[in-house]
Amino acid sequence: MKTQKVLFFSLYERFWHWSQALLIFVLTFTGLEVHGTMSVMGMEKAVNIHNVAGWALVVLEIFTLFWMMTSGQWKQYIPRFEKLVDQVKYYAVGIFQGAPHPTVKTPEAKHNPLQRLTYLGLLAALVPLQLITGALYWGYPQYQLEGFPLETLAVVHTLGAFGFVSFVVVHVYMTTTGHTVFSNLIAMITGYEETEKEVH
Amino acid sequence: MYRQATGALALSLVALAWSSPASAGDALDHSQFVELQQPFETPEQVTEACQSCHLDVAEDIHHTKHWMWQTDDVAGSGKRTSMNNFCLNVAGNWPRCTSCHIGYGYSDNKFDFQADNKIDCLVCHDTTGTYKKFPTKAGYPVLEDTDFMGKTFKAVDLTHVALNVGEVGRDNCGTCHFYGGGGDGVKHGDMDSSLKKPSRSLDVHMDVDGLNFSCVDCHETEDHQVGGGTSQRLPEGHASKAPVVACENCHTETPHSQSEHSARLNDHTGTVACQTCHIPEYARGGVPTKMQWDWSQAGQMGEDGKPLVKKDEHGHQIYNGMKGAFVMGENMVPTYTWWNGNWSSLTYDDVIDPSTVLGMRTPNGGPGDGKIFPFKVHHGTQPYDKVANVLIAPKLFGKPGSGAYWKDYDWNAAAAAGMKLTGHEFSGELGWVESDMYWDQNHMVAPREDALDCADCHAENGRLAGIPGVYIPGQSRSGLVDMLGWLVIGLSGLGAVGHGGARMIFGRKK
Repeated sequence: MKTQKVLFFSLYERFWHWSQALLIFVLTFTGLEVHGTMSVMGMEKAVNIHNVAGWALVVLEIFTLFWMMTSGQWKQYIPRFEKLVDQVKYYAVGIFQGAPHPTVKTPEAKHNPLQRLTYLGLLAALVPLQLITGALYWGYPQYQLEGFPLETLAVVHTLGAFGFVSFVVVHVYMTTTGHTVFSNLIAMITGYEETEKEVH
Repeated sequence: MYRQATGALALSLVALAWSSPASAGDALDHSQFVELQQPFETPEQVTEACQSCHLDVAEDIHHTKHWMWQTDDVAGSGKRTSMNNFCLNVAGNWPRCTSCHIGYGYSDNKFDFQADNKIDCLVCHDTTGTYKKFPTKAGYPVLEDTDFMGKTFKAVDLTHVALNVGEVGRDNCGTCHFYGGGGDGVKHGDMDSSLKKPSRSLDVHMDVDGLNFSCVDCHETEDHQVGGGTSQRLPEGHASKAPVVACENCHTETPHSQSEHSARLNDHTGTVACQTCHIPEYARGGVPTKMQWDWSQAGQMGEDGKPLVKKDEHGHQIYNGMKGAFVMGENMVPTYTWWNGNWSSLTYDDVIDPSTVLGMRTPNGGPGDGKIFPFKVHHGTQPYDKVANVLIAPKLFGKPGSGAYWKDYDWNAAAAAGMKLTGHEFSGELGWVESDMYWDQNHMVAPREDALDCADCHAENGRLAGIPGVYIPGQSRSGLVDMLGWLVIGLSGLGAVGHGGARMIFGRKK
C-alpha cells in the first residue's frame, strides 16, 4: 500500500471555506452583541459590522453557487444513503476500535454520506435561512413581508445563529477524525491530502 | 421667512426688528395710534380701544381654548371641569386659577364667556414686560402697588403697555405656561423660565444665540387659534381646530440625512416619536419640576402660626403647610409609553377605584395607532369621597369661613364647599388616593450631539424596557430561545469532548 497526495480542495473552494468561516465568526460575535448577550464594541459598531459582514456573505454565497454549478461540485452534495448506516456505526463504535473508514474518499466523492447530508442541510437550508431573515431584518421596516414582524425575524435569525455555532463546534471536532488528527485541517489549507491508493 | 436667513447680519437685523416695534417688523407700531394715546382707567377700556380697530377679533377669541378653557364643542375637555393632581381643580378656586385666563373677572361659574371687553389683549401682546396679572384677582392686573406672599406687584401703566403692544413673544406665553401649577417649572417639566433665554444645549430651537425661535414660530396661529402641540387634551375622536404642531411639520418623517446610519435612524420614525431621542432629559435648565405632591401631608403650621415651609439644600420647597409635601426633580429621565395624541382624563364626576393608582391623565394608543413618546409622570396623593368614590374638588382659595382650605385648614369644610360648587354632596368621609398624571415632553430639545445613542434603548434594561408591542434588538429577547440555543451548543460541545475523550482512552490515534 502506497500513499500519494491528491488534490481535494481547489483554490476557490478553500477561499470560500475560510472566508465563510471568518464571516460566520464575525457575524456570530457581532450578532451576540446586537442580540444583547454581550457588550464589547457597542451596539452601533456591532450593527454596522454585522451588516457589512452579512452582505459580504451574501456575495460570497452567490459566487459559490455559481462555482458549484459551473464546476459540477454541487454533485458532491447529493445525498447517498447506501453507506449511511455504516458511517454512523463507525463514529459510534468502529472509531474506538481502530476500524477503517467505511467510505473511501476520492476527489469525485470527497464527502461521506453523513457529511453530504449535513452540508446539504447547511448550504441549502441554514445558510439561505440566515441570509433571507438577515436581509429582511436589515431592511425592516422599509421592506417588510406580510406576516413577518421584526420579532419573528429576530427569533428565527437567532435560532439559525445558534444552529451555526453548534455546527461549528461539531465540525471543528470532526476534522480530527481523519487519517490523522490534522489531516483534514491540512487538506483544507493546502488542498491536498495523503490518501491510500492501491498500486497496480 | 426671514428667520431662515443665515449669517450674522441677517440675525442682527432680526434682533433689531424684534427689539424695537418702530422698526420694520411684522407688527405695526401702535404707539402712533390716537386710540391708544389716552389715560386708561380700567383694563377693559384698553380692550375696547383695541376692538375699535380690530373689529372681529372678539369673535375669534371667544372660540379659542385660551378663552374657553375647554374646546367649545366638547364639555369636560378642558380646565373648567377637569381635575389634576397639582392644585386639583379650577372650579371653586376661580380668582386664583384664572390669573392665567386671558380675560378679566372669571371669578365664578357665572362668568360671561360672550363678553367682548373682558378679553385681556395685553397679557399676550405686551412687549414692555411690565404687564402682570395679579395672582388672585381673576385675571386683573393691579393699578396700584400690591403685595402677594412677600412679592410686590407694581402698578401697571395701562397706557404705556397699550402703546407698546406687538407680536407675541416667548415671555408672553411664558408668563402662564412657564409657571403652571403655582410656580416656575412646576407642571410641565419641559417648560420653565429657563426657556426665556435658553442656550443651544438647553433648546436647540430657542437658543438665543442661534435660531432664537419664538413660541409662535412652531405654534402657528390662525384667527387667534394658537396651534396646539401634540397635547390637545381632547377625548378620543375629537380633532383640534387649531393647527397641530409637530416636529415633522418642518423636519419631515425622514429627517436624518441619507447615510447608512441615518437611514437606520429614519427607520425609527414610524415607531418612535422625535421627542423620545431628542429630549433625553427634561427640567434641564436649572429649574426643578414637581414630581410628587402629597396633599395628605398639608396643614402643618410653623411656630409663627403660618403654614410651615421646608426647603431642600437648593432652596426649593419640599414642604408647604398650605399644600403638603413635594418631591422635586431636575434633569429627569422621561417615562416612555405609546401615545396616539389623545388622552383619558378624570373629572370630578368620574367614579374611581381608590384601591388603584388613578390615571389622572393617561395617554391613549398602542403599537397600532401610536408612537412611543417621552412623558413626565406626576404622582399625586389627593382627597376623595370615601362613600361616593369620586375625586374631591376642594375649595382651596377663598375668604375665611368660606371653607377655603388655605384659610380655614379644614379638609372636610373645603371638600363640602368645593363639591357643592361642582354639583356633588360631600358624604363627610374623606380619604386619600394616589394618582399619576402624564405630561408629554416637547420642549428642551437637545442638540443632535446630545440626543440618545443606540445603546440607550438597545441594551438590557434600556430606556424602553417593558414597552409592549415592539421588538427592540439588544433589549427584547426570548429567554426560551436563548436557553434552547445554548443548550444545543452545550450538548454539541459535550458530545465532542466526550467522543474525543473516548477516542483517546481507546488509543486509536497515534
